[in-house]
Amino acid sequence: MNFEHVAGKDKGKIRLFALSTCIWCKKTRELLSSMGVAFDYIYVDLLKGEERAEAVAEVKKYNPSLSFPTLVIGEKCIVGLKEKEIKEALG
Amino acid sequence: MAQDFVEPTGEEVDKLCSRLDKDARQGGYNLNPDADFVKGLVKGLLINERRYGYRSCPCRLAFGDKSEDLDVICPCDYRDADVTEFGACYCALYVSKAALLGKQELSSIPERRLPLEEREKLRQKQKASAEALGFDIAKVALKLSVPVWRCTVCGYLCAREGPPEVCPICKVGKERFERFI
Repeated sequence: MNFEHVAGKDKGKIRLFALSTCIWCKKTRELLSSMGVAFDYIYVDLLKGEERAEAVAEVKKYNPSLSFPTLVIGEKCIVGLKEKEIKEALG
Repeated sequence: MAQDFVEPTGEEVDKLCSRLDKDARQGGYNLNPDADFVKGLVKGLLINERRYGYRSCPCRLAFGDKSEDLDVICPCDYRDADVTEFGACYCALYVSKAALLGKQELSSIPERRLPLEEREKLRQKQKASAEALGFDIAKVALKLSVPVWRCTVCGYLCAREGPPEVCPICKVGKERFERFI
């Protein structure tokens, strides 16, 4: 999977599975950027074929309802823009 | 991650925003009072229309097949229940009166739509109960001059030979109607 990397403070592996058309995903991305942490994001709706299937399978592993944004911090998963939870997880 | 379509123009977004706003008011619904938020979502709707041929929810991953995505074509089948319970639909394009007046705070809400596998099971179940209803309808149909159709998005009922082209309340197409009686 080809994630886009955003540089910042290293807080471990942070992956954001998002949709390019989703405003809540955009807000989650902005929140992570404003916190200054390094993270990787991928727009699942822009993927095709095998790459898309791979990303979908990965999201389902953490979030069976396949909803977005799905934020995976290490092995912890936060679904939706939950500002408080995200800030706590990234202390 | 390149996009293979032309970006919607600001003019197109504004035009659809005012159209949706007018339709919403007419049907007793409200768009989110945050104009920039609405514009962002409406742009997503237009992008999905270019991609898939229909305006599927910008906050959900579309399958790319209309029959599979029918329940999440905006307005989605889950809007009314989410507006009632959380004050906004899943993407928050539509909000409750309280949210419109700033008396209810909005946040990202849980997904009401079932995962694909469970959706398939539910569909089988609904098909079976529709068939059972069909038998019951057949018994009473003689007493009804015309069948009754129900809009699966807003619950509008009408008695006529077939469903209307467009729901007069929420403006979805006739493919979103089911036989009710």
